[in-house]
Amino acid sequence: MEHALETTLTVNGQKVTRRIEPRQHLVDFLREELGLTGSHIGCEHGVCGACTIRVNGEIVRGCLMLAVQADGCNVETIEGLSDSKELAPLQKAFHERNALQCGFCTPGMLMAAQDLVRAGKKCTRDQIREHISGNYCRCTGYQAIVDAIEEVLG
Amino acid sequence: MKAPPFAYARAKSLAEAFELIERPGAKILAGGQSLIPSLNMRLAHPELLVDITGVRDLGGIELRPAGLRIGALATHSQIEKSELVAKHVPLLAEAVKHVAHPAIRNRGTIGGSLALADPAAEYPAVALALNATLVLVHRRGERRVSAEHFFKGLFETDIRPGELLGAVEFPKVERSVFIELARRHGDYAIIGLAGIADASGKRIAFCGAGATPVLAPLASRQNSLDAAQKALEKDIQPPADLYHSSATKMHLAKVLLSRAWNTLSKPH
Repeated sequence: MEHALETTLTVNGQKVTRRIEPRQHLVDFLREELGLTGSHIGCEHGVCGACTIRVNGEIVRGCLMLAVQADGCNVETIEGLSDSKELAPLQKAFHERNALQCGFCTPGMLMAAQDLVRAGKKCTRDQIREHISGNYCRCTGYQAIVDAIEEVLG
Repeated sequence: MKAPPFAYARAKSLAEAFELIERPGAKILAGGQSLIPSLNMRLAHPELLVDITGVRDLGGIELRPAGLRIGALATHSQIEKSELVAKHVPLLAEAVKHVAHPAIRNRGTIGGSLALADPAAEYPAVALALNATLVLVHRRGERRVSAEHFFKGLFETDIRPGELLGAVEFPKVERSVFIELARRHGDYAIIGLAGIADASGKRIAFCGAGATPVLAPLASRQNSLDAAQKALEKDIQPPADLYHSSATKMHLAKVLLSRAWNTLSKPH
């Protein structure tokens, strides 16, 4: 812990202070130190989107941000947005439309999709696809995911 | 796939940043969307990361008489949403839509992209087409370098030790085209074209076509598309990548040229 820095951040509404090694990225910190294993780790170099979380209201790649960079930030994860019911409409639509199979990409996919829902704009299917282009799903072929997001967007 | 150990320091001012980047093994961290993947893959081994995202002087998008000054820390998302950019430098507004994905655009910065100088990336080609001015700041002041002289080689720029990229200045240019071909939206382009046209003529640059962003001066000077496509063979020699031969990329560059040509050729 040679380089560890005291870091304070808010995670799903709770203030957390820990000594963190700079080399630890944010999603590892959430999973390993806080036990929030809903954000998944796929590629660890910003390609797959499984670790998508929200920092200060914007979605980011959890593997492309160091945990020490989150000092003073407000971090929200799939756990927080599920508990607050913010994701309930998308979760229901994903369930009903069979928009997940193995479920590995789903937390990141929901975080990215909710970003569109929050923007409150009507989107074409192409625009939905473009918005989730940074989130890989290896099971569904995306069709059902786009169906579910389209349903929630209305 | 875990980063090697390094120290981390957050600069709160430019003065502090200059002091920190002179320490041995120091590397600047801005949005981190290229640096952190390379750390995770252990392609980079800095001793100290100097986080400059808290330095206020390096942000903002500002209209000046000569054009638009964009602070190095402006994120892709800020550029994407900026009305000033859409109005005065539409080439940049077009290009930013092709930069990665929303979650990456929220953190990645224009300064980081230009300082990294990935030849396949969008901004370097845009900066070259517009011959933007890169403002390099150091302890004693600043040095201004045109895009033509900034990109020196593969991931190599004119930034000297002790300097950091502070801002980029883009001239106002109304007529422009940015198009690229990629396997998937947001991926690096197989090949891309950034072109402008003003009273002095066309200026067309390509990304993914060499070790740096490359200008196509001969093609830009031609009066017909046929002649321009022929001239392009003398302008660029795109290197093969994992999936595309040099000949395929040359062919695709000509396709892009044909798609951009009419917009860039309308009389003024």
